[in-house]
Amino acid sequence: MSPTDVVITGIGIVSSLGLGAEAHWQALSKPEPAPVLDRERFSPYIVHPLPEIDWSTQIPKRGDQRQMETWQRLGTYTAGLALDDAGLKTDEALCTSMDMVVAAGGGERDVAVDQAILDASLARNDHDVLLNEKLTTELRPTLFLAQLSNLLAGNISIVHKVTGSSRTFMGEEGAGVSAIETAAARIRSGQSTHVLVGAAFQTEHPDMLLAYELAGYLQREEWSSVWRRSEELGGGVITGSGAAFLVLESREHAERRGHAAYAAIGPVVSGRARRSGSALQTELAEMMNSVAAGREPLMAVSGASGAHMATQAEKAALDSRGAAARGFSSLTGHLKEAQFPFAVALAALAIRNGQPYAAFDAENESSIDGAPKAVLATAVGYNCFEGMGLVTEA
Amino acid sequence: MRTTDSFGRPLVAVTGMGVVTSLGQGKRENWTALTSGRSGIHPITRFPTDHLATTIAGTVDFLPESSQGASALTFALADLAAEEAVAEAGVSRGDFGGPLFLAAPPVELDWHNRLRLYAQSDRSNGWRSLIEAARKAREEALFDEAQFAAIADRLAEKYGTRGLPITLSTACASGATAIQLGTEAIRRGECDRALAIGADGSATAEALIRFSLLSALSTQNERPEKASKPFSKDRDGFVLAEGSGALVLESLESALARGAEVLGIVRGCGEKADDFHRTRSKPDGSPAISAVYAALKDAGMSEEEIDYVNAHGTSTPENDKMEHLSLSTVFGERMREIPISSNKSMIGHTLSAAGAVEAVFSLMTMREGVIPPTINYENPDPAIDLDVVPNRKREADVATVISNSFGFGGQNTCLVMAREAG
Repeated sequence: MSPTDVVITGIGIVSSLGLGAEAHWQALSKPEPAPVLDRERFSPYIVHPLPEIDWSTQIPKRGDQRQMETWQRLGTYTAGLALDDAGLKTDEALCTSMDMVVAAGGGERDVAVDQAILDASLARNDHDVLLNEKLTTELRPTLFLAQLSNLLAGNISIVHKVTGSSRTFMGEEGAGVSAIETAAARIRSGQSTHVLVGAAFQTEHPDMLLAYELAGYLQREEWSSVWRRSEELGGGVITGSGAAFLVLESREHAERRGHAAYAAIGPVVSGRARRSGSALQTELAEMMNSVAAGREPLMAVSGASGAHMATQAEKAALDSRGAAARGFSSLTGHLKEAQFPFAVALAALAIRNGQPYAAFDAENESSIDGAPKAVLATAVGYNCFEGMGLVTEA
Repeated sequence: MRTTDSFGRPLVAVTGMGVVTSLGQGKRENWTALTSGRSGIHPITRFPTDHLATTIAGTVDFLPESSQGASALTFALADLAAEEAVAEAGVSRGDFGGPLFLAAPPVELDWHNRLRLYAQSDRSNGWRSLIEAARKAREEALFDEAQFAAIADRLAEKYGTRGLPITLSTACASGATAIQLGTEAIRRGECDRALAIGADGSATAEALIRFSLLSALSTQNERPEKASKPFSKDRDGFVLAEGSGALVLESLESALARGAEVLGIVRGCGEKADDFHRTRSKPDGSPAISAVYAALKDAGMSEEEIDYVNAHGTSTPENDKMEHLSLSTVFGERMREIPISSNKSMIGHTLSAAGAVEAVFSLMTMREGVIPPTINYENPDPAIDLDVVPNRKREADVATVISNSFGFGGQNTCLVMAREAG
């Protein structure tokens, strides 16, 4: 134990399963929990939709809500849940000195404007002039700010007054891994005392599906657990809307203000393995050795996306170490940048509650008993980059 | 020589630098132009400017990738700057041996590709047709264009950087943040060296229109080279531009041990987020003031020790006023005598790249003993009483610089750099 150990003192999570840490624990503690699915709106694609959210409980000003599209609202809302949970929401001094690392993609484009341009493009050849004509007259001026990657962090500063520092990492799952890895490293080295870290992903927009489907990564028509995705139905990923934010503190900082921690974050590692041959599986097995050796029997809260190659490599690596995998994206959908923060949050909940998760897919996930002392959290990118970390008792 | 700072942390040296802007490719070409007060701002030819209020920019038009979309150009810019920096540092190009921090613009599928895919589709079903066409086409290049990790992944592959490369955005402060992240990683002892790059090739029609709709851009199109006029009374917005800057950061100890030439030292980094508004800064300037103080504190230096300010100086009415307010608050009366100049008067605002490009120019300013001017300073703003090194370069002994970067979303980052380890 060291004063600069990294402890988790606040969790905010949102997915189709509900709002907040407790709702997720309840939903995921049931045997074989059922997914919440929307099969219609984006058919042939299935998405795990956002639950109903009363934004004003975390974003009181209507004006602030109007300045954001759903992705930013979701992130700002979920960051508020984490701050509340950490008992910091109303502590202006600690918010002012709090550092922030957000993993973000881009925001929602205006579907109607884009479609109008696509439609008009069929009748004329001067497409560049058409773009100028339509975009100058039809884009809502402030929409740009609702799309800029770093404006999720910007909105968190405005709404929750977190202003110590503000950094946004981009790059799908890897950005979420780096965000937590960097935040934890800063705390361990004394560069930060308390950090808000997390991400949000809103999949219910055609462009968010398009980004995956440009390389055929999505599964169509049927839902199945991440370990049972079908090559015949596409690339294996089923997406969801959701977010995860964590308040990380140094042990000393949390103890001084008397706030109990869910769990501690042990070693976090990341990499950029080649995605051909067995390189990824080999690297993942080595990563497990470096962060979780001697921790058996081990439960792994896996951010496996369902993408065939990456998911098979991860499963093989977990199986080779006898780890009991829990592929939460079967139930939440793939949350992109939020995968790793979400995995860490679920791992911390199992530690805090002294209970492992029952299998989400009993045919493919082995059972495990007893209060977990350490839980592995993973996020292997559907296309590139991977990371994992060990969450332990505080 | 001491290789740690006053806090006992490893001192971080710069051992390689590279730069590309509308003024040219490489440090020599850029420095010659900058010190002659030459502007790189020109009429836009990359796309038609019908219906646009702003028709000028500082685009980089001389590369083969200049016409291939934001993603391809951003990669090319990052790559060229990195190549120059890594070569100067004398580090093996395929085995850099440290992490990569890339400041880059958010990515999107280019409109030309979106239109092409739609034309290939059955067009009967709106966005469903578009997605179906994308799935059937399965063009890897298009997928990469919409993946935020793709550019850094390619750079990591080429340069053999270590681990998972970090791509970041802190809007117009991104380039400075990349340097800060590299500096912090070296100070934590995670690595001996880091590659920090800021690159931005995203001057598309849509990007221009987006900034234009926020009234951020200059519309003084008649004489493009005169449009960017930081600290002038008739300034009316920034000029959108492209470019890249790359720095090889290295612990001073490692640099000395391998006999590398030390080009300068990153002494301190400071930041502070603003919670006032999405595009405007708090009226009292307190976040920017805090960022400057934080950088000085991190450098273990006092206000008196700063010789020159490399301004954010965007030429927007708001920025230049607030930057003056913040600096005057920190440096007091002495601010009238500290030379401050804006590279953006010549290269425009290179957005995600700006902090890195301007860090390279700051380090060159110290090494060459020449301060590049703020050009187009013909009509001073009487409310901004500064020595902006007007219109002509100035020879000066500059041992320390503070470089400011401020961005939308309340981003404020300042870097303190020094010529010598001191």
